[in-house]
Amino acid sequence: MERHFEHDLGDLKERLLMMAGLAERAVHQSVQAVFEKDENLANRVLEEEPAINEMQIEIDDRVMQLLALQAPMAVDLRFVLCASRINSDLERIGDQAVNIAQSALRILRHPQVKPYVDLPRMSELAEGMVRESLNALVHGDADLAKSVLLRDDEVDHLRDQIFRELLTYMMENSAVVFPAFELILITKNLERIGDHATNIAEDVIYMVAGRDVRHLAADRR
Amino acid sequence: MNGASIVQKHQNLEPVHLGQKDIPLVELPIGTIKPQFKISNLKVSYGAKEVLHGVDLDVFANVVTALIGPSGCGKSTFLRSLNRMTEVVRGTQVEGEILLDNENVFRMDVVKLRRRVGMVFQRPNPFPKSIFDNVAYGLRINGHHDSLSEAVEHSLRRAALWDEVKGQLHKSAYALSGGQQQRLCIARALAVNPEVLLLDEPCSALDPITTAKIEELLFQLKSSCTIVIVTHNMQQAARASDFTAFLLDGQLVEYQSTRKLFTTPSDPRTEAYITGRFG
Repeated sequence: MERHFEHDLGDLKERLLMMAGLAERAVHQSVQAVFEKDENLANRVLEEEPAINEMQIEIDDRVMQLLALQAPMAVDLRFVLCASRINSDLERIGDQAVNIAQSALRILRHPQVKPYVDLPRMSELAEGMVRESLNALVHGDADLAKSVLLRDDEVDHLRDQIFRELLTYMMENSAVVFPAFELILITKNLERIGDHATNIAEDVIYMVAGRDVRHLAADRR
Repeated sequence: MNGASIVQKHQNLEPVHLGQKDIPLVELPIGTIKPQFKISNLKVSYGAKEVLHGVDLDVFANVVTALIGPSGCGKSTFLRSLNRMTEVVRGTQVEGEILLDNENVFRMDVVKLRRRVGMVFQRPNPFPKSIFDNVAYGLRINGHHDSLSEAVEHSLRRAALWDEVKGQLHKSAYALSGGQQQRLCIARALAVNPEVLLLDEPCSALDPITTAKIEELLFQLKSSCTIVIVTHNMQQAARASDFTAFLLDGQLVEYQSTRKLFTTPSDPRTEAYITGRFG
């Protein structure tokens, strides 16, 4: 006889993945709005954000019900705790996507500072980290989650590189300060998205293996 | 929980008064559930000692309602009043009104009442008969002699026991484990198709695995039967019930949806009890 508690856990996972899908799409659309100078796409991100926020509240409610009513143990407890944390990370990813979309709308009013080279690489990397961390959650794959952790340094490296490059543009020509500053903000938001994906991956490792790898050096994870 | 958004569900909730005027409101989706029992000003005394001091409460159909509270708070007395089992104790006086589908239980034939409102006790109490005869007993004394085998199988299936006993129906019920005996008692109660099943601490003598089976069984049964369960185990009330009533010193303190009572109780006494600060 399957316990209805297991159905509730399955439902929680399903809702989390649904929210993840919305957050992932928001990030993709927001960066595409920058690259393709698409105002409609940027506005769509802003319109869809309340759905992510609503899901955060719903998932929090499910987590609280499961903890209060079912007193989960062991792997079930770890999963419910991780679901709660991942829920917060996904909501924050949604917020970062909104920030990027708002920057996109402001940048549209200015000529493009420079060809976008590193920024698309960085956004692909950050989006990939989010996607893979969620795949790790779906499949309970700690190795995949670990591979996400290793990519965070690449994102940070690209952030530094883009910062340096944009600073030189700003020093050379004060007319580009405003759009260049917006690009710096976008870069910062992408870096934060990578950080949230890292958090999700750390949670997956905890959920699967029961090992807390937060704040550990890369070689000890 | 089904696939519908919880946020959406919240929007459909409106407060409905469930019990005494002075106890907190319960949030219920209007029109989705109907009261099966309406209990008003129920007072029960054993001799000179009054143990229930005027309880008002509606028990809803096709849900699991749990009664919790410290020992001696009157929860078993309340449960036993529903099918007039309190009357078997000499010197018991009952006042107030209990309506079962708008019919006063005190004016009903008690045998008919107990056929409609079955009961399962703390300790499994199978009859010294075969598994088959235990389940068939209620049917036989009610004059059903046709299709007994089908009826017995149906009840054992509803009690999630059929697969475990189908090859040994004519063995003594005493040969079963404690958990199986308790499910046999549930099957015996279900055989006469009661509208309500009362369970008085049905898992207190069982191990956690068997307890989980009984709790899952309650979840399956509620679509066809209203269930009221008395439990000392608050976690069991939280896991297995839809509504929970908290009784203290013979009074109803709070009656809420279980999810609300165990997450944000309205009465500080409920909060103190469920967090283990007294009781």
